[in-house]
Amino acid sequence: MYKSWWKIASVALLIYTFTAGLLLDVPRLPALQETIRNLYFHVCMWFAMMILFTVSVVNAIRYLRTFNIKYDIYARQFAVVAIVFGLLGYLTGAIWASYTWADPNKPAINSFSTIARDPKLIGAAIALLVYFAYLILRDSIQDMDKKARISAVYNIFAYAMLFPAIWILPRILPSLHPGNEGNPALDVKNDISGNMRMIFYPAVIGWTLLGVWITTLKIRLSLLKEKGMLS
Amino acid sequence: MDEPESRVWNGLFWVIQLFICINAVAKSFMQESKGRMLYFYSIASPSDFVLAKLLFNSLLMLVMSLLSLFLFTLFLGNPMQKAGQFIGLVLLGGWSLSLVFTFLAAIAAKAQQNAAIMAVLGFPIIIPQLLLLMKLSNAAFAPLLIISTSTVLLLIALDIMVVLLAVILFPFLWKD
Repeated sequence: MYKSWWKIASVALLIYTFTAGLLLDVPRLPALQETIRNLYFHVCMWFAMMILFTVSVVNAIRYLRTFNIKYDIYARQFAVVAIVFGLLGYLTGAIWASYTWADPNKPAINSFSTIARDPKLIGAAIALLVYFAYLILRDSIQDMDKKARISAVYNIFAYAMLFPAIWILPRILPSLHPGNEGNPALDVKNDISGNMRMIFYPAVIGWTLLGVWITTLKIRLSLLKEKGMLS
Repeated sequence: MDEPESRVWNGLFWVIQLFICINAVAKSFMQESKGRMLYFYSIASPSDFVLAKLLFNSLLMLVMSLLSLFLFTLFLGNPMQKAGQFIGLVLLGGWSLSLVFTFLAAIAAKAQQNAAIMAVLGFPIIIPQLLLLMKLSNAAFAPLLIISTSTVLLLIALDIMVVLLAVILFPFLWKD
């Protein structure tokens, strides 16, 4: 937890993402044009969110195996930071959609109702709501061990039910969002060009490391609080 | 009053199903007094107990689904083109809803403010299944659309996953 090389790597990768991502050449596609650079930000947010949710579930399972309260704090903080990344993903997506999906002849806000009905957006909203419910459930229980146990159980159940919401359902229903025929930005054959991939993968790693960094700070803070409460 | 068109009928039907399920199933864990839970605890293993609850609630919800379908056709008319398939979907849907809400009721019963927390926990989790069910049952109202078998299998797989998760995770909720 206290090693620093990965923090330096995170900063370096993010500086690379911002400079190279905004300056290097990108393919000009119809309707997308320069907004394609948002790939380095919008898609990375969702990647980071999913990875952090997965880490949260792994910690919930570890809690149920050991009943060590430390893992419960891990699970909670990873879920909180993942929610933040999800909200940022929505924000960057809204900016992207206002340039590509919105009706260019009207103010972008007028297209909101047509855009917001997209199954992929609803799926992602469900994912975030499920984890908001996780936080509400946690705060509604007073006893510390009981809280940890029940929220770990809900965390695992919610993660399992999340998969249809964000991986299966959006691929069955018709959607404007790319990704109905596979995994966008991961498909090697006919997807993003080579030099975009050179920035995209480091960007995913950089953002995820940043998320882990923020989480470790929050974990250390709440472990200290816990210690203060016990002594 | 006019009879609603088939899409509205379908939407209304599933929303009513959802609320029937919440009210019918949510009670299953809240009604038990502490003493009776202790009694169950001493005579049965947690996985037997949760399986029994799941089974009972499934049966209850199947009966309720058929009842509400009967009342819907009685009061709102019958726009079904493929009645047999739609009844099958209704039973499948009722079963899925009852399984998910049984497990959520077990969680909510442990967090004291039962009814409110149940809705908060349940709605986001059940929306994907409801969307799938509505999409499937729309096909039962149009003569030319066919109900996709893969989606039905997906729902069944989800149900099996819920049962497995309930059996694995319930022992952790059980002991106090």
